[in-house]
Amino acid sequence: MNIESAQYGVDLEGNNAEIKTTIDGKEIFVPIDSANRHYQAILEWVAEGNTIAEAD
Amino acid sequence: MTKAAELAKMGEVLTNSQIGGRRNMVINGAMNVAQRGTSSTGLGATDGYYTVDRFGFNFSSTAARLTMTQTADGPSGFANCLKLDCTTADTSIAANEYIQLHYRIEGQDVQQLKKGTSDAEKITVSFYVKGNASATYTCEIEDVDNNRYNSQEFSVTTSWTKVTLTYNADTTGVLGNDNGQSMAINFWLHVGSNFTSGTHTDNVWHTTATQRVGDNQTSFADSTDRTFFITGVQMEVGEQATPFEHRSYGEELNICRRYYHELSGGSNANRLYTYNYNASYKAFLFYFPVEMRAAPTVAMSNSGGSNGTAGTLTKNSMFRYIAGGVTVGTAYFLYDFSFDAEL
Repeated sequence: MNIESAQYGVDLEGNNAEIKTTIDGKEIFVPIDSANRHYQAILEWVAEGNTIAEAD
Repeated sequence: MTKAAELAKMGEVLTNSQIGGRRNMVINGAMNVAQRGTSSTGLGATDGYYTVDRFGFNFSSTAARLTMTQTADGPSGFANCLKLDCTTADTSIAANEYIQLHYRIEGQDVQQLKKGTSDAEKITVSFYVKGNASATYTCEIEDVDNNRYNSQEFSVTTSWTKVTLTYNADTTGVLGNDNGQSMAINFWLHVGSNFTSGTHTDNVWHTTATQRVGDNQTSFADSTDRTFFITGVQMEVGEQATPFEHRSYGEELNICRRYYHELSGGSNANRLYTYNYNASYKAFLFYFPVEMRAAPTVAMSNSGGSNGTAGTLTKNSMFRYIAGGVTVGTAYFLYDFSFDAEL
């Protein structure tokens, strides 16, 4: 997967609830769930030195 | 086969409890469900799932490109198959290259194999294949939890042929009993020396990457004439390949929805309208048709400039909100959803 960008989205209490991500040119919303394959890919992307931007 | 041998085989099947209840551990083995569409072109650069449900690709460093389709063809009794058509050849195979068609299985769905115990069972995989010409490929059972592999070569001709491969029981490596990926059936179609340079032996469990594929392997990408057709994929406990277990389309579709489902058709179909959550927010709530394997990745479009933000996204439902209350007379809706909880 080619992850181009990642930014947290927050729930109504202000907690990080998802990651808005562009992967392979497509915008998707990834849950913070270790069983989700896209979240696993984002964690690998972060381990390579990339950063998930904070929510707006 | 003599009568006595037939009776002995029947007894063996009965002992292994293979004739009652569900036998096939593969979902959509008859390739009848294709929620993502029936054709996808230019594949080879990006891993993922395309067309036929539950069957995905791993690609590594290949310049080859292929088209994947759900095609109305098959041996007697099968309406559909998965067809691969090489559209860009790659005859200069780097060591780390491969094209792998895979089927992935949750750990909690393979506990009956008793893998990693002294009672471990043999595994039989059967499927129907054909191609544009004779070829030899490799079908591998991968124990993802323990990085263990067992592979066997199989032959393809220009006619539909049933392939039956029985894999030895593996008393090493217990599989996780959860919703994570524990096993995979990998069809190696094109592969570099990183996976072939060792001494490969069919039907032996091992942990060595260089032994995963044998020397007789054909490269699917050696010519744009290459095609590969497959259907009727079945994986069952024991050493007997029983007839393919057909399921209704509706049943198979609902099983597939645990891993992926979508509501498509454009902005005039399957709209999810907002409701007034409170004075500050409008919101969307959608319950999935089945419990998904895990909280899914969501893609969607919207009518008003924002897809909102997750309030909660679980394996059962999605709640999203957008700042600003509902404006009377102004419709605000989401559409063209996909929910992806594939392995």
